Amino acid sequence: METQVTTEVRTDTKTNKVKKRKMSLEKKEGLQGYIFIAPWLIGFLVLTAGPMLFSLYASFTNYDITSRMDFIGLKNYIRMFTNDDLFWISLKNTLYYVAISVPITTAGAVLLAVLLNQGVRGMRIYRTIYYLPAVLSGVGVYLLWMQLLNPSSGLVNTVLAWIGITGPAWLFDPNWTKPALILMKLWSLGGGMLLYLASLQGVSNSLYEAAELDGANSFRKFVHITLPMITPVIFFDLVTSLIGGFQVFQEAYVMTTGGTGGPANSLVFFNLHMFNKAFKVFDMGYAMAMSWILFVVVLIITLINLKLAPRWVHYEGDDQK
Amino acid sequence: MRNPSKKSSSYFKSAKTRKKISQTIITFLLLLGSVIILFPVWWMFATSLKSMTEIMQYPPTFIPKEWHFENYLDTWKAAPFTGYLLNTLFITVCVVFGNVVANSFIAYGFAKIRFKGRNFLFAAVLATMMIPGFVTMIPHYVMYSKLGWLNTYLPLIVPSFFGSAFFIFLLRQFFLTIPNELIEAAKIDGANHFYIWLKIMVPLAKPAIATVAIFSFNGAWNDFLGPILYITDESFYTLQIGLQVFKGQLETQWNYLMAGSLLVLLPVVILFFIFQRYFIEGMNLTAGSKG
Repeated sequence: METQVTTEVRTDTKTNKVKKRKMSLEKKEGLQGYIFIAPWLIGFLVLTAGPMLFSLYASFTNYDITSRMDFIGLKNYIRMFTNDDLFWISLKNTLYYVAISVPITTAGAVLLAVLLNQGVRGMRIYRTIYYLPAVLSGVGVYLLWMQLLNPSSGLVNTVLAWIGITGPAWLFDPNWTKPALILMKLWSLGGGMLLYLASLQGVSNSLYEAAELDGANSFRKFVHITLPMITPVIFFDLVTSLIGGFQVFQEAYVMTTGGTGGPANSLVFFNLHMFNKAFKVFDMGYAMAMSWILFVVVLIITLINLKLAPRWVHYEGDDQK
Repeated sequence: MRNPSKKSSSYFKSAKTRKKISQTIITFLLLLGSVIILFPVWWMFATSLKSMTEIMQYPPTFIPKEWHFENYLDTWKAAPFTGYLLNTLFITVCVVFGNVVANSFIAYGFAKIRFKGRNFLFAAVLATMMIPGFVTMIPHYVMYSKLGWLNTYLPLIVPSFFGSAFFIFLLRQFFLTIPNELIEAAKIDGANHFYIWLKIMVPLAKPAIATVAIFSFNGAWNDFLGPILYITDESFYTLQIGLQVFKGQLETQWNYLMAGSLLVLLPVVILFFIFQRYFIEGMNLTAGSKG
């Protein structure tokens, strides 16, 4: 980041007049700066900070959007922990999904990027193909996967049958619904891959050449050079995919036909439960209390991440963190 | 590329053959992966052209026996898709416009104008990327409903005029690479910052702005949560919601579902192939500045 030049006004030899003019010029410049960032500033106050404060207050009320908004203290939070089975189920489902999908997709994206960073013919075409699923998202793709995962006529189980495996019922079997979503997520690895690809291209060749002279093989080069050099990007990707993972919603909503939660509530994710509380029964205060619980969970995980980062994230030279 | 020197000692010869072997393995893996990636898309296309009886057959066919192109027309007629398309197009165009104008404007301020608290405020921009959307989701809904904006396009469009952290970051990064001398020279000629932004920076930043435009097109086109939250009146439905409703009505009509899904994905795919350089470079731009 560019360091800000302190706008120090010299007074020693200059006259007061010059000083004043300079001041006003700087003030004018500064004012223009604020005009330029004003849309963001207004947006931040109205669309981020304000709503967060409102949400925090409303989580201590019985707000239902139409008539009531009485302060009820911690009742929403107490109800959540003691009297809402779906809350615990949704938390467990979400943690399961995040714990499995984030490491797999992160590792997968790194490996894919390494593969796509080799000097092989037609690399541009491969990169395009692998990135394509990241562009395809939305309802159409979820519907496609419902078809692919169809237990009897779907492509996935047909291919499994070729190698003698009887595929599971996927979206119809509570044990397989979440793996089904993870499988779907793996298909669009290419989005994260691109980030790694860019950072791999920044790793200097001299490091590899030095290692080759020492007789290091490909695996050792990967573990001792490539991996450490791209840890800042892995860290960034990890933090953002954890935050994203906790927000899993759309796929579950679409693939369980309007947010019913799938067989045995196996796809009731935290956000889905919150969405249903807020927009189906208009229990807004409760839903906002839920959102703060999730916020705290995500915050704690992000902070742990930040805390652990210095142990494994390698910053080259004296680069800023 | 790092190539072992061409001394013809036996060590390097074996290194060369090893390299050839590894390249073959990599090519094989990449091809296999490509097939896995592309097959679902083909499957979607094939299913969209089959008859319902063929879809139900076991084992499934990979190439339709009869090609029912009329499925596409039937799909389009089964729901008011033309209206959905117009709604989606309108929203998307407005969102792209809002994002391009607002983010380049804001990013210029952060990149090229010095003012008090700039670094602190920019850190705040980055911090908002960390706030999960669900904390503000319900308050937004409440706010828009109080404003009487439900069942209008406004909640989907207006926020895009206030900038988004990711795009501000991306464009600022680009603006920083443009030399300050250019701005100083323009200032001496009497140009103000607004003029410099519009006439100098925006034209120079075309690649980065194209990236923002493409990504926000993609986001707006595929947006699902926004429309289901704010829109209940069918005449305001977008394509994404249209597909969802369609699925409820014709539970097992996979051919129509796939035809509809493909039609909705088509503009994104076309955009991707025309601008794939920007798609990929846009990501590189942000990634390169992060390490």
